[in-house]
This record gives sequence, C-alpha cells and structure tokens, in this order.
Amino acid sequence: MDLRFTEEENAFRDEVRSFFRTEIPAEIRRKVSEGRRLSREDYVISQRILNARDWAVPHWPLEWGGQPWTPIQRYIFTEELLQAAVPLPLQFNCYMVGPVIAAFGSEEQKKRFLPRIANLDDWWCQGFSEPGAGSDLASLKTRALREGDFYVVDGQKTWTTLGQYADWIFCLVRTDPTVKKQAGISFLLIDMKTPGITVRPIITIDGRHEVNEIFFDNVRVPIENLVGEENKGWDYAKFLLANERTGIARIGLSKERIARIKRLAKEVPVGTGTLWDNRDFRARVASVEIELKALEITQMRVVATQSKTGSSKPDPASSILKIKGSELQQTTTELLLEAAGPYALLTGDQIGAGPNEPPGGFDWVDAAAPTYFNNRKVTIYGGSNEIQRNVIARAILGL
Amino acid sequence: MNFDLTPEQMLLKDSIDRLIASRYSSLEKREAYRKEPLGFSEAIWAQFAELGLLGLPFSEEDGGFGGGPVETMVVMEALGRGLSLEPYLTTVVLGGGFLRHAGSAEQKAAYIPEIVVGNLKLALAQTERQARYDLADIATTAEKTDRGYVIDGQKSLVLAGDSADLFVVSARTSGEQRSQYGVTLFLVDANTPGISRRTYSTQDGGRATEIEFSGTIVSTDAILGPVDGGYPFLEHVIGETIAALSAEAVGAMESLHQLTVEYLKTRKQFGVSIGSFQTLQHRAVDMLMALEQARSMEMYAAMMVGSDNADERRSAISAAKVQINRSARFVGQEAVQLHGGIGMTMEYIGAHYFKRLTMIESLFGDTAHHLHQVARVGGLVAAA
Repeated sequence: MDLRFTEEENAFRDEVRSFFRTEIPAEIRRKVSEGRRLSREDYVISQRILNARDWAVPHWPLEWGGQPWTPIQRYIFTEELLQAAVPLPLQFNCYMVGPVIAAFGSEEQKKRFLPRIANLDDWWCQGFSEPGAGSDLASLKTRALREGDFYVVDGQKTWTTLGQYADWIFCLVRTDPTVKKQAGISFLLIDMKTPGITVRPIITIDGRHEVNEIFFDNVRVPIENLVGEENKGWDYAKFLLANERTGIARIGLSKERIARIKRLAKEVPVGTGTLWDNRDFRARVASVEIELKALEITQMRVVATQSKTGSSKPDPASSILKIKGSELQQTTTELLLEAAGPYALLTGDQIGAGPNEPPGGFDWVDAAAPTYFNNRKVTIYGGSNEIQRNVIARAILGL
Repeated sequence: MNFDLTPEQMLLKDSIDRLIASRYSSLEKREAYRKEPLGFSEAIWAQFAELGLLGLPFSEEDGGFGGGPVETMVVMEALGRGLSLEPYLTTVVLGGGFLRHAGSAEQKAAYIPEIVVGNLKLALAQTERQARYDLADIATTAEKTDRGYVIDGQKSLVLAGDSADLFVVSARTSGEQRSQYGVTLFLVDANTPGISRRTYSTQDGGRATEIEFSGTIVSTDAILGPVDGGYPFLEHVIGETIAALSAEAVGAMESLHQLTVEYLKTRKQFGVSIGSFQTLQHRAVDMLMALEQARSMEMYAAMMVGSDNADERRSAISAAKVQINRSARFVGQEAVQLHGGIGMTMEYIGAHYFKRLTMIESLFGDTAHHLHQVARVGGLVAAA
C-alpha cells in the first residue's frame, strides 16, 4: 500500500501541469476560476491547443487520437487540468458522442466525425432529456419515422447545454413505439442546420443562457446518421451515461475553488483582521477539505482498481464519486457565497451610465451567487443523485 | 500508487480474520470473555502471541516481526469487525509504540520479548481530569531525588489499566502545567509501592482505571526517552494509535453496515422485505458512502503516519480522525434507526458496535478537537 506516484508519474504530472499553466491562455483560465461565462471561442481555443498536443481525447482508442496512458495517468491529467482551471474538453464531444461513435459507429462515421469532434471543428450537443423524460429517460417520445432513405424526426428535447453553439446534436429517438420502452430507442446524429429545428433559450437561476429547448418539426435525417443498429440506442445511451459518471467527482475543481476561497478570505476585511482570521469560517473550510481528501483517496482507490484489473468497465463505485463529488462541489460554492457576505447581493449590471467600477469594492463578488445558483445543477444532471443511490442500492448492496 | 496488500499482509489478514471469526462468532461468546477476571479472554491473548500478532510492529532485532502501520491496520480492522475486547491497542500499539520510539536498548531487551510472548501488558497513564484532549496538560509531577524520581499525581481513563503489568506514565519534571517542554515519560511497574488503582467498566464493554501515584519512587532506569523531552513521543505514538483506532472503527462500521443490509433483506413488514423501500435503500447507501470515506482516511492515516514531516503527519492524522468520527456517528445512528426496536437492545450485537463506535469518537480527540487542529494550520489545500 503506497500513496505515492512513481517517478514516471510525477514527471508526467509536472509535464501536464506546466503545459496547462503556460500554454492555455491565462485569461481563459481566469474566467474558469472566477466562474465567469466562457465564449464559444474560449472553448474552441482551449480545446484546439490541447488537440494540437494530442491531449483533447486521451481516453479514446489509440487509432482515433487516444493516448496509451494508464488509468493513473488519465487521473493525473484530469486532476491537473481542473486544478489549473483549464476548461474540460467539450464534454458532449469528447466524453459523450465521440466514445459512442468510436465504439458503435460505422467506419465511415468514425472517419467523418471523430477528427472534427476532437478538434472542436463541430460543436455537439446532447438531445436526451425531454419535458416528460427526465430521470425516466427511456420514456422519451421524440419519434423518428423511416421514410425511404430518411428518418423524419418530430418532438422536443430539453436541458440542451450550450445548444446555442452547436453544429450537431446526438439524439435518442423512438423508432419503435410498439415494444418495451427501452427496446424501441435509436441513437441518431442530426445536423443542427437541418430545416425544422428550432432552438429556444432557457435562462437558468444564475441569470445565464446555458441550456435550451430544441424543437424538431418534420426534420429529415439521412439514415446513414443512425449510430449502430436501429432500436439499440438504449445500450449506447447506458454506455455514454456510465462514461459521463466516471471522473465526474471533479475533485481538482473543488480543490481549485477552495484554494481560491482561502485567498479571497484573506482579502475580505472583518473587524481589525480578515475573514480568514475567523475561527468558525476556517473550521468550515477545513471540514470540506477533509471530506474532499477522503473522496480523493476514494477516487484513487477506484483508479487503482481499474489499472489493476485493466477493466474500463464502469465501476458502481463511480456512483459514490458522483454523489459525494457533486455534493462537495456545491458545498464549496456555499463557502464562496459566505466569503462574499452581503456583497453577494450585487450583480455586475450597473444601472445607468458611468464608469464600470467593481461592485462593492471587490471584483469577484458578482460571480459568487451565480456560481452557487448554477451549481445546484450538479446533483441533478448526469443521473440525479437519487438515481445514483438507486444504482448503488441495486448493484452494490443487492437491495 | 497502490492500495493492495502484499502477499505477506494477505496471509496475516487471513489468519487474524479466521481467528476473530471463530472466537467472536456471537455476542454470547463476547459476553463470556467480558466476564473473565481481566475482562477479556486470556486464551485469545495467548493465541495472538502464537500467531505473532503481539510482536508485529517491533523490529526483528528487538525480537519482533518488523511490521509497519499497514500490518497494524490489518489487525485492528479485524479486531474491530469482531468487537474484540483484548488489550491489543494499549499493549502493542500504545505501550509498544513508546518502547519502539523512545526505549533504550536495555528497556527494549527487557520488555519487548515479554510482550511478544504474551507475558507482559502495558497501559498508558497520561490523561488527567483537567486535561481533556490537551496532551501537554500534565500536573502529575516527578521530582528528582538521590534515589531516582518521586511521582505524585492522579491519572484518569487509563485504558485496560487493571490488567496492565507496566505503565507508561507521563509526568512533569519542569515547566508550567500546560507546557510541552518539561514532560518526562517513565516506565513504572504496576506493583510499585505508592500506586493505587480504581477500575471501572466502560460504556463499550472494556475497562478503564483511575490511578493515584503518591510518593511513588522509581529509579532513573525507568526514564523512557529524554528527560523533559517526552512530549514529541506522546504526540507521535498517539498519532499512530489514532491511525490504528481508525482501522478498528472501519472494521466495526463494516460489520455494522453488513448487519444492517442483511436485516433490510430479511425483515418483512407490509408483506415485503423492508429493503424494498426506497427511503431505506437510500439510507443504506449513505451509510456505505460514509463507510468508504472512512476507509479511505483509514488508509491515508496508515500511509501518512510514518511521514518524517511532522506537520504533514499531524494534519493527516487529525483529518483522518475527523472523518472517522463523523462516519462512525452516522453509520452507528443509522444502523440503530434502520433496525428499529431491536437495535435498541443489549441482546443485539449491532447495538454493541454502535456503542463502541460512539466511544471511539471521544478517544484521543473528538471531532471538534481535530477539526480545530486542521483549521489552525490553514487546512489541507494550499491557498491560491
């Protein structure tokens, strides 16, 4: 039993750490760290820098740009990336549709899409959830009717993150309404420029436009855009969701946020000292750090098991990582809110003309509450934490 | 980075697991051991000696088997799973720890072989009524005379103090009452004149002793480690003890969680097993998460306890104790609730796990104490 990385792993860590901190523009990393909105261009610039180094999709099969890394190296890579406040390569591209096409797509689909997915030449979004299909995803109703060489798609998707930037959407659609609900679903790739698609913004509680509703009205999709077999889409979706859960603990992100909160707390005046001198505040921070350390070791245990068994099969323990990791992300945003104190009230929107001074004397407080509000999502998406508990109860406890 | 046991450690685990599974297979057996004269089974203690467990952490040249913190973790986990009453923690981890780190060659030669064969038991006489968790708060004095030292004072909560043959006693040889400097450790034979003991049973089925030293004379040979320089040893050995106690807690939580899940599967109400109810399923999952978080910190403590960096080691141990305490409380309370009425009874083994876990929380620093230790030094993550 040994916590330490090998010499090679330490060298690898130093290499990726210095790359992230020197090659990815500081302005982009600052936005990530402060919880500011990234532009489409920010995502593209950052991912292309990674891709030029062959690091945008290290977890993909080798022939499509993957790296022959061990699970430990992958873990180090992601943790260092998050701690450096580098935007994760676009999730929908690199962790969702890419691996599905690589695993189940045709050769032609792989050649056509995978390089563009890795380089963010095409921006993908996810068409899974519907107004009536959230946790019960398999009850989705968007239908695709076969007409000659086309599927005709009608229905509505929702919670489509960053769909406003998307060139393509990968959708779960119902191709057979007569069988058990899981058995009539297909996985379809749809060009967002196809006539009949409407994108409507949903403004979330942080006041931002992050998610969308997408309407499909008589949208004609060529049959070569079907992934794998018709009516096997549910299997591919399960594969995708399991991938999504791995590495969802975002320990590096929480660490980065805690480090920042400590720095900010040393700048916030309280009485004759600062917030950091407050014993109770420090204890609350320490409390979160301890749980985070425990989760970090838990994640390392999962990674160590993966590298020992050589299995890339998702571990049910990854559900634990998702639950605890998302809860801790939320707790760190509570600390941020607390650090801002009463100034958390202020937005960055100054009414009327005049110089745009930092609100309330601090240049960071206006992002505190939106970060807190926005992070309520992390225990909902990727399979809500209640669904994750169902998974653990069944798969690990046998209940 | 790996979390595997070596083949030798696996063998150790197998043998201790087998022993505990057979000797502690029921609450009735445990009750019988508890009613023996010393409050535990001397036959099991002899088996520990046969298996080499009592010599585990001592170096081979001192007559032991050269085990480290991971070996201790393996043993303590098993003892926790079985709710063992034997004074392993006090004799081998605590007492043994002081001998290993502070003992002179003569002291090691005199005592370690006796521990290894099961003839000698130790206890730490450290806590005083006013001290709570402050290791430096020592009012007991040791005054130098021409014949050695004269010890006067009262020690509290000496775990397994009635069965101990030899005490490690902390006493003040200089400095103010709460000063770290000026603490000296002594090895004191339990039969030395001027020692009186009052022994109580503890809430978890063990025993603890109140000891009064009045004019107790010990020779200079009894000094353990440097005069006035005992505090760093206290802190280091108690750190190792917290790591070991964490393993015991994880073993106990693991058993209690298993019992609870089994109960959910077998107990029927409304015509179905109660484990089919989602509320109870989710609570059992939350218990599992608390257990796994505790297990991670148990391993972290075992791997950090040998660190040469004292600050890093202290923070790691305190962090581990906070997590262990919180998980222990959560798992214990939830287990009682999910069992319902039966979880409230002395006839049910699950209740005894709950009681032991509750007492572990308050041993060697409670949650608030250790949380403050971590907070005081600025936490675990460096500020940006």
